[in-house]
Amino acid sequence: MDIRVNWIGFKTLVRKEILRVVRIWVQTIVPPAITMTLYFIIFGNLIGRRIGMMDGFDYMQYIAPGLIMMSVITNSYGNVVSSFFGAKFGKHVEEMIVSPMSNATIIVGHVAGGVMRGLMVGGLVTIIALGFTDLDVAHPLITFSMVILASTVFALLGFVNAVFANKFDDISIIPTFVLTPLTYLGGVFYSISLLPEFWQKVSLGNPILYMVNAFRYGILGVSDISIGWAYLIVAVFVVGLFALNLMLLNRGVGIRE
Amino acid sequence: MRALSIQNLTKIYANGTEALKGIDFNVESGDFYALLGPNGAGKTTAIGIMTSLVNKTSGTVEIFGHDIDTDLESAKACIGLVPQELNMNLFDSVLNIVVNQAGYYGIDRRTALQRAEKYLSELRLWDRKDDSARNLSGGMKRRLMIARALIHEPKLLILDEPTAGVDIEIRRSMWDFLRRTNEAGTTIILTTHYLEEAENLCRHVAIIDEGRIIEDAKMSEVLRKLQREIFVLSLRDPLTKAPTLPGFETSLRNDGELEVVLDAKDDLNSLFDVLTRAGISVVSLRNKANRLEELFMGLVEGKHQVSGGQGD
Repeated sequence: MDIRVNWIGFKTLVRKEILRVVRIWVQTIVPPAITMTLYFIIFGNLIGRRIGMMDGFDYMQYIAPGLIMMSVITNSYGNVVSSFFGAKFGKHVEEMIVSPMSNATIIVGHVAGGVMRGLMVGGLVTIIALGFTDLDVAHPLITFSMVILASTVFALLGFVNAVFANKFDDISIIPTFVLTPLTYLGGVFYSISLLPEFWQKVSLGNPILYMVNAFRYGILGVSDISIGWAYLIVAVFVVGLFALNLMLLNRGVGIRE
Repeated sequence: MRALSIQNLTKIYANGTEALKGIDFNVESGDFYALLGPNGAGKTTAIGIMTSLVNKTSGTVEIFGHDIDTDLESAKACIGLVPQELNMNLFDSVLNIVVNQAGYYGIDRRTALQRAEKYLSELRLWDRKDDSARNLSGGMKRRLMIARALIHEPKLLILDEPTAGVDIEIRRSMWDFLRRTNEAGTTIILTTHYLEEAENLCRHVAIIDEGRIIEDAKMSEVLRKLQREIFVLSLRDPLTKAPTLPGFETSLRNDGELEVVLDAKDDLNSLFDVLTRAGISVVSLRNKANRLEELFMGLVEGKHQVSGGQGD
């Protein structure tokens, strides 16, 4: 592998992805900001005042980390799936496939683009959250590392979705029927200690629960699950999904006949 | 040095279509090579395999000595591809499209911008560099794909019907550009349905039909195989019926022009001798069809007639 070719290729991909996000900011940045503002107003402010405290924090403070993580996850996923599927649909994926850039670089470049959008939107949602509540970051390193890792996992998942997608419907099915339910059931709005024991155990099978709780631990210092487990699970997902994507691209699934 | 070496290349698609049935051909470095064939013959599949857009079923492909099975990235670095179908982000700017492509080939941004100015200027697109690609005309989009393919200055340029749907003026300016590119040392493989284009530009020709190479030789050698040519003669004094010219088959066209068939053994001097003796004055003369086209039709149609006969 030519390191120089791949490094410049990687930088080109990241630059292209960031410019794409900025160019269509009305589609990429504004909608999550509006949605999250509504969540803060309705769930945090109006309903939250009736709910009272959760795990020692007022409800607005409790849901803020989950909402930030939710926006990071959905935007990282959405960026990669729409960008790579768009490239397939418009056939300009061929620009990358014919080049000497390795498949690993194509994946990492798109994932980095997804993470960048996740962080841009996550940063904006954090600023919005600070307009509603105070957030003291208890463990900055855990907060930052977990947001990067979670964003990476969902960017990689978005890539898998894009590889298999043949039409635009295919890139909305997974977010609608899998990602959104798992996110809502992943402890964004509640502590799983509120659930019956059976559903607590079922919830432990949801990977988003670990990411949301580890991120919440980084900010508030409280979590429903072990932080060590959270890192282990997220790391396994990163490695496993990267290997899966690499195998798919090497075989040419969805891009080569 | 061989720019391209293909040995026993086969491709069977998932639906069972056998697109390539074991083709062999070599392209020497510096050559201008025409790969011709009717629609569905296997040209684009062969190019897809060379550029790793299509997985081969079996066989070997080497680009400047780099085997695509063992040294794919080096092989890819040697190739610039102008595909048959538009494959660019039409919402991106002209400049971004070529500069990003340079980045994928490991060319730093400063060099990429210099080269982009060079190639976009040569292809008369520099004035449109900030325009979105979707706002370009069809011919401009084709030229943009050529600039993009050249941005990493490949040793082998593959053009899959680059002038399809392009007006004659732009087509001829593209021919001049491709000639200059080839003279500068770039090996070129061209597929086209305009056989005049192949005859004008290429020094070597391969004809592929139904997944097999049916002709592969120097252009001059191929054209020498042409058994007969039909010339159209404009006459100073129009005739009312076709004249009898000893040794030549003639017919009169609706517009009063005379068609004369020349076999390979005949020459134009003897035709003009006969015409002079018959008192027929010729104002101008042209081929009825492009010579390569006649040969191509003879080869492809002849083969189909033979295979049709066998099937009956």
